[in-house]
Amino acid sequence: MITRRHLWALAPLAVAGVAGVSFLAMLNRMKTGAFDPHAVGSPMDGKKIPDFTLGGLDGNPGFSSAEIVAQGKPILVNFFASWCLPCVAEMQTLLALSQQIPIWGIAYKDKSAATAQFLQRYGNPYRRLAADTDGLTAINFGVYGVPESYVIDKTATIRARYAGALTDDIITTQLLPLVRREA
Amino acid sequence: MIPEMGHYALALAAVLAFTQCILPIWGAQSRDARLMNSAGPLAFAQLLALLFACFALVYSAVVSDFSVTNVFENSASTKPLIYKITGCWGNHEGSILLWALILALCGVAVAWRSRGLSSSLRARVIGVLGGTSAGFLLYAVILSNPLMRTWPAPVEGQGMNPLLQDPGLAVHPPILYAGYVGFAVPFAFAVAALLEGRIDASWGRWVRPWALLSWCLLTCGIALGSWWAYYELGWGGYWFWDPVENASLLPWLTGTALVHSAIVVEKRESLKIWTVLLAIATFSLSLSGTFLVRSGILNSVHSFANDPRRGVFILALLGLVIGGSLVLFAWRAPKIASGGLFAPISREGALVLNNLLLASITAVVLIGTMYPPFADLLFGIKISVGAPFFQSTVLPLTVPLIAAMSIGPLLSWKNARLGPALLRLWWVALIALAVGAFVALRWKLLPAAAFAGAVWLILGAVAEIQQRAQFFRVPAVVAWARFRGIPASVFGSALAHAGFGVTVTGIAAMSLASSVIVSVPVGSVQHLAGYDWKLASIEDVPGPNYASRQATIDVSRDGKLVTVMRPSRHTFDVQKQTTTDSAIHTMIYADLYAVLGEEHDGNAVLRLYYNSGAPLIWLGGLVMALGGLASLLDRRLRVGAPARAAALAKNEVPAA
Repeated sequence: MITRRHLWALAPLAVAGVAGVSFLAMLNRMKTGAFDPHAVGSPMDGKKIPDFTLGGLDGNPGFSSAEIVAQGKPILVNFFASWCLPCVAEMQTLLALSQQIPIWGIAYKDKSAATAQFLQRYGNPYRRLAADTDGLTAINFGVYGVPESYVIDKTATIRARYAGALTDDIITTQLLPLVRREA
Repeated sequence: MIPEMGHYALALAAVLAFTQCILPIWGAQSRDARLMNSAGPLAFAQLLALLFACFALVYSAVVSDFSVTNVFENSASTKPLIYKITGCWGNHEGSILLWALILALCGVAVAWRSRGLSSSLRARVIGVLGGTSAGFLLYAVILSNPLMRTWPAPVEGQGMNPLLQDPGLAVHPPILYAGYVGFAVPFAFAVAALLEGRIDASWGRWVRPWALLSWCLLTCGIALGSWWAYYELGWGGYWFWDPVENASLLPWLTGTALVHSAIVVEKRESLKIWTVLLAIATFSLSLSGTFLVRSGILNSVHSFANDPRRGVFILALLGLVIGGSLVLFAWRAPKIASGGLFAPISREGALVLNNLLLASITAVVLIGTMYPPFADLLFGIKISVGAPFFQSTVLPLTVPLIAAMSIGPLLSWKNARLGPALLRLWWVALIALAVGAFVALRWKLLPAAAFAGAVWLILGAVAEIQQRAQFFRVPAVVAWARFRGIPASVFGSALAHAGFGVTVTGIAAMSLASSVIVSVPVGSVQHLAGYDWKLASIEDVPGPNYASRQATIDVSRDGKLVTVMRPSRHTFDVQKQTTTDSAIHTMIYADLYAVLGEEHDGNAVLRLYYNSGAPLIWLGGLVMALGGLASLLDRRLRVGAPARAAALAKNEVPAA
């Protein structure tokens, strides 16, 4: 006779079974590349940039989404912060990259004095600069953390997102080929 | 020649493990004494064969025989000797071999220490351990052989991951693995008991020392891992809720629950089915942790080389071990009679509460860790679950746990009253509240609550001892005699609970830590936490297989030199990889912690931390483990005691 005790005793087996089958599915999809736990997806890929108007540093003009639309050529939008150590590491790379594509910087949740000091110390790769003090624009972009960069094409559509510091490897193998295709 | 002999020994060990699984269990089913008695010698032979295989691997690494693939991939001739040896278990193949070696050791230990165990239970326990070993050894021989040759033999090896070239990593894996694998013994006891269809108090008495020993080792292993992350990764944090860390925390949580619920089985013959399930769950979580870490399914900062073919094999192995034991559980557990009854307010009730809370924390951590891959698999969404989730879910569950930890030991078995127990703790509560109020007024509310909890735990442990000794209430001589008469297990649990209090103190104090990140020239002085940190110089220092830049920081307080710190940055020759070597000056109640970052334009990035309470976090882990060891010394658990109890039980109840 099957009692309630028997059903309860089956529960751990059922949980382990579901976990095992799922793990098998994950492993199989990992082999085909359909499942990549390290990838960070972006719901904004292929969408127009969100609307925003941001002020600049110390009363300087910032920029708005309308100005990016008006550009009509690919740019890179880079979110950074003076309190972020990987951003320091990324600065050298961005300075070199700024020769190849205009980089528009958005200082994420940062004090304007700290940002200014940061740029003075590590160099300023940015064509335009805006301050997202409350972090709302970053939320609309779906920013995962800083630094984070978005390739925006001539129609102001987000083509790619790179979470974490850009490296020379990513730039030569992914970013620049993408920009060349979009230009 | 030596690697080939080692290879042979590994295959031999696999065959012996299979035999160790089949013969004794078959013997136990058919009541054949000769087959049952083969268990011990087979376990011993398997251990000998594995010891030789390990010797072969270590020997190849020491003489830098790069024709052995594993040595070529993980070693280099310039590597210091100690790391050539410890590097043997710093990689996938070697760690599986170490895993199997510890499992074989467990089998021999059970054979050696269990003369009083009934011969059929003993044969089944060793048989189950042999079966588990067999699976792992088969995996080692077929897919992860550490003694494979490569041809043509390379002249130089590729060197090991520089992060692993560290003394902490030499001892961390063996201790952590010993903890993981040690839970195989309670697991084997659980499966054997299900096969026998009978669980009694003596079963609980047999399982508890093994569970306790593994728990102590796992506690030390986790503490060491956390300490290593703290000083080696140079982030100044101690626990990141990283999937790999969670994978080690999960068996610790269920293992802690097991250590407590086994007491109830032993004392009151209650909670038997639950304890069996905990024993199975703990070992299953240890095994799955290894699998998940190595399969690449979990997104972690700790990376291991992964190979999906291996993943499928290990998954099949897990399916066999975990699935098999759970099938057995579903089939046999409902037939096990439940034991003594107890009131909700009683020692048993408190232990059940402990188990409920620990099981809830396990569930929360498990869900937080597994949700991202499952969400990806089922709904195709990429998310990450981080520290905020774990902090906001684990914290509310820890509060009642801490509250009950000091009250539980004061309750009597079967039926107790809460009032008198609380009355005995009035002074503890008063001091805890005072400390909490003091911290809340000076700093913040949350650390204040944690400090109060820590005081409650530590003084609660004192109160437990005081309740038994009655110092100042009875004449000093009598109290001293009573104190001397307290069983070691009571001291052990008090020490372990106080140790947890010490860890909580450390965590609370660490939330008040302060730090600065600066980019400064040589000669400048920083002020942090009342100390003056002067960057005196930065120079090049050659290392054995790396080049390093070393900063000298003079730390002084009120003009008096406290310490000279030398953080450095190593660049390894072979891998072209850079690691930071932080400098730590520890003062027990706090750490001064300095990291040297990048340099340019004559400025160097310095990260300076004042980590209040940091050393207490690991010290508390050590105290907890010591508490477990003290409990192991208890007379009841010593050799012979369970044997006598079993003999007594046998005389009372005719063998069924």
